Amino acid sequence: MAGTIKLEIVTPERVVVSEQAQIVMAPGTLGEFGVLIGHTPFLTSLQIGAVRYVDPQGGEHFTFVGGGFAEVLPDRVTILAESAERRRDIDVERARASLERAQKRLAEMRSREAVDFARAQAALQRALTRLKIAEKNRPQ
Amino acid sequence: MATLKDVKNKIKAVRKTRQITKAMNMVAASKLRGAQERMESFRPYARKFAEVLGHLAARAGEEAHPLLTPREGIRAAHLVLCTSDRGLCGGFNTNLIEKAESFLKEKKAAGIPCSFTAFGRKGRNWCRKIGAEIAGEYLGIMGTMVKFGEAQEAARLLVQGYLEERYDEVWIVYAEFLTVARQVPVLRPLLPVPPIEQVAPEPGGYEGWLPEHLCEPSAAALLGEMLPRNVSVQLYRALLETSASEHAARMLAMDNATKACNDMIHNLTLAYNKARQAAITAELMDIVGGAEALKG
Repeated sequence: MAGTIKLEIVTPERVVVSEQAQIVMAPGTLGEFGVLIGHTPFLTSLQIGAVRYVDPQGGEHFTFVGGGFAEVLPDRVTILAESAERRRDIDVERARASLERAQKRLAEMRSREAVDFARAQAALQRALTRLKIAEKNRPQ
Repeated sequence: MATLKDVKNKIKAVRKTRQITKAMNMVAASKLRGAQERMESFRPYARKFAEVLGHLAARAGEEAHPLLTPREGIRAAHLVLCTSDRGLCGGFNTNLIEKAESFLKEKKAAGIPCSFTAFGRKGRNWCRKIGAEIAGEYLGIMGTMVKFGEAQEAARLLVQGYLEERYDEVWIVYAEFLTVARQVPVLRPLLPVPPIEQVAPEPGGYEGWLPEHLCEPSAAALLGEMLPRNVSVQLYRALLETSASEHAARMLAMDNATKACNDMIHNLTLAYNKARQAAITAELMDIVGGAEALKG
């Protein structure tokens, strides 16, 4: 297929996405970036966020990624994520629960260790992002 | 001498044992399948990770990263010991612990104290028995659905301990899963990260392009982010391999036990029949003897 790139989203536990896409948008640590075919080789770390891609039929898809790395080559994008879920696989209940837990933890902790603080914040961020993606009112 | 009834009871007992070993064999077989699948699904990630890390290491060159540079003068060592939680798996745990023991001996001879992180109850118990310092113990996850998050958390603590100079090197002992019939205990360095090898890219890759990657933020910064993750990846792999090996070892041990039960039942049945026959013969002789005497 001309004009499409291969998108692979891989976590240690499974391959989440392996599809052709017209365009891929991913949340790099230095800002979101978009990839079309023929992109220059590029390597970046990723933030917690949503990977958006458009399949050859024009359908738009959202996938949650919980941080990791992306490698871009002219004809493919490989995302190594610590965790990743397609929009339809997001467990909204669990995300809500972990959101509450993270909020509570952050509220209780004021002067504790920086590491714990950062971890709670990351958990909060993950939960929020999951919910945001899940609640986007568009067909996947 | 064992009476007929004793032999019969013994046969019954061995049958019951056989039932258990057979069931355990089948459970282990199905768990092994699950564990192997998890190893399979980790492979794409591990492969890609190694590939990217290889490029980055080549790019960042000799720019020393604290996790890459071996320290001069090792003052303390740390060993991650992966074993199973449960027994009944042949020499599996013994072999792993032996490996750890020889490592410990070597360190002791060099006058280097060694602390432990134990995955699995058997290894933890051994550490306790020899009175070693246990920095962390993880029970109840070996042989189950090991999650990457668990490896990540443990790896984070290891890296932290290393950076805080609580120890100057970290090694890991785990069971490498070669085939269902062969699992080998291995000792590998975790920290400092051993020299990173270049991994050949997947067929159909853009070999020529790779060294010219643009990097965001920078190659060195990316490498700095990837190295701690590399520890999680290695650790996770070790946990998966050990879990699969445990089930394979148990399957084999239970298969042997079932066979031994079969042999025993066979032999006991023979003995039982012989004894029964002898008793009948003796009785007949008695009757015949008595009849003869009456005839007089």
